Amino acid sequence: MKWFLGHLDQVWQLMLNHAVLALIPLVVGLLLAIPLGWLATRYRVLYSPLIAGTGLLYTIPSLALFILMPLVLGTGILDPVNVVVALTIYTIALLVRTVADGLGSVPDDVVQAATAMGIGRGRRFWSVELPLAVPVIAAGLRVAAVSNVSIVSVAALLGIPQLGSLFTDGFARNFLDPIAVGILACMVLALAMDLAILWISRAATPWLRTRVAT
Amino acid sequence: MISFTDVTKVYPGGTTAVGGLSLTAPTGKITVLVGPSGCGKTTSLRMINRMIEPTSGTIEIDGRDTSTLNPNELRRGIGYVIQSGGLFPHRTILDNIATVPLLLGWDKAKARTRAHELLERVGLDPILGKRYPNQLSGGQQQRVGVARALAADPPVMLMDEPFSAVDPVVREQLQDEFLRLQGELDKTIVFVTHDIDEAMKLGDQVAVLRVGGILAQLATPAKLLADPHDDFVADFLGRDRGYRGLAFAEAPELPLRDEPVVLLGSTVAQAAEIAAGDQWVLVVDDARAPLGWAEPDRLSGLIDRDHLHRGGTVARVGGSLRAALDAALSAPSRRGVLVDEDGRLVGTVRAQDVLSAIERRPAGAVA
Ligand SMILES: Nc1ncnc2c1ncn2[C@@H]1O[C@H](COP(=O)(O)OP(=O)(O)OP(=O)(O)O)[C@@H](O)[C@H]1O
Ligand SMILES: [Mg+2]
Repeated sequence: MKWFLGHLDQVWQLMLNHAVLALIPLVVGLLLAIPLGWLATRYRVLYSPLIAGTGLLYTIPSLALFILMPLVLGTGILDPVNVVVALTIYTIALLVRTVADGLGSVPDDVVQAATAMGIGRGRRFWSVELPLAVPVIAAGLRVAAVSNVSIVSVAALLGIPQLGSLFTDGFARNFLDPIAVGILACMVLALAMDLAILWISRAATPWLRTRVAT
Repeated sequence: MISFTDVTKVYPGGTTAVGGLSLTAPTGKITVLVGPSGCGKTTSLRMINRMIEPTSGTIEIDGRDTSTLNPNELRRGIGYVIQSGGLFPHRTILDNIATVPLLLGWDKAKARTRAHELLERVGLDPILGKRYPNQLSGGQQQRVGVARALAADPPVMLMDEPFSAVDPVVREQLQDEFLRLQGELDKTIVFVTHDIDEAMKLGDQVAVLRVGGILAQLATPAKLLADPHDDFVADFLGRDRGYRGLAFAEAPELPLRDEPVVLLGSTVAQAAEIAAGDQWVLVVDDARAPLGWAEPDRLSGLIDRDHLHRGGTVARVGGSLRAALDAALSAPSRRGVLVDEDGRLVGTVRAQDVLSAIERRPAGAVA
């Protein structure tokens, strides 16, 4: 506790770093997963390869990916871009399936009705299918957010400063306080992101919070 | 006018859903496609707005080959209603109804006004406009579906079993209102159902299809009942064809009898006097609208509504022979009550008089 109060500024700074490193990949990953998920539902033949292929990405160990990134991207080993790109890959791995499932959950008669009214394919996607897929996509996004927060800490092993640095620091000095604070801060951050996504998803789906007529 | 010329649809996999269909749906009329499940009704309907492309043959709307038109523009000019309503769950009722007007580039205020107007037109409280579809009953959703299809006032409407997901009472209401609306709007409608009674009730003409999308018979309901083309059509039409056919036969002048009446609230003694020995006497209100039959011998005091036998149906003068016959058969006095347009008593008719009117009709006559 005393250690924590003495290092408030440092913990706050690490937490911000951590949040940025987790959040950017989440957003970028979502933006990339949407077209991929759309392709998977639009062209049946692509469904299995896309879902299996992106799912496979998630099985690459994170440390290995962090170390491989500089070789692929030509960046320095300490460059945070490595972490961002690696986490974007994980996010895509988690979200392509979610987006495809979300789009698949849109009732067929609603899509048919939209088509029958002369709503073109593109407009139908943005104005009907994607909004109706929000609840499913948001559920996947919450998993990805928590997963990202936890994977970011691994990057501490490479010396990229974020909450994980508290673990390496505490471990090196055989000092428990920073480790405990780091764990707590990670949990707070994960919870905050989880709640934020939940809140945004609720705001985007007002029709789900109505009294259902029987 | 919508015309199919030798239209065939073979799905990938080899199912022939529609086989060489030729038929015309006249302007301003309701053409019903009816037939057993899987006979290609939905496929035929969706080929009209090109949600399904025919394998061969042509479909023309007012002489224009639909395959030469832009599909989305074509569809914006054709109302489409499906069984489940197919409403957008994430849009309010008003926004649902305003969909096509907005696509057509109407300004928002005009589209909203129009949506409001349609809500009332299909018999819904405008208060419902702000709700989401899941806050409406099935019957209400179906009305919204109809309102949405009508929003841009398309000359053509395609309806795929629009009333089959609601209970029978609501279905009957929706059908009646649909006929009333069509009476005002005169749309060219192609209506799909597998319910033969619905087909008979709504269709100006009815196309009976058999599996494989083959036209078994295309005729008015009366003609179908009077003269089914083959066993398939006859079986599909079901029993009681003779009796049901009377629904389409306008009653000629029937020999009406004056019926003695008592006013609601009269004493039983007065009623007995008017009945003059008859077991039953007809009770009317101040406007001479028939309320029901009373049996003075079994009553005492004043005649009130609870005393009335209400089993008898009421037919309109100039209505169908079926309605007149049914009125006579269902009245406890066996005297069928006939009323004018305003529901006021004109007289009563006996079953035997209706029957002789039926017998005087030429055999196989069709309205
Ligand atoms: N997309 C499709 N691919 C392959 N076959 C199809 C397809 N859609 C329909 N069919 C087949 O075509 C035939 C006609 O189907 P359609 O949906 O037009 O029938 P329907 O008369 O509307 O039936 P129902 O009363 O059950 O709605 C059926 O045998 C059906 O299995
Ligand atoms: Mg069908």
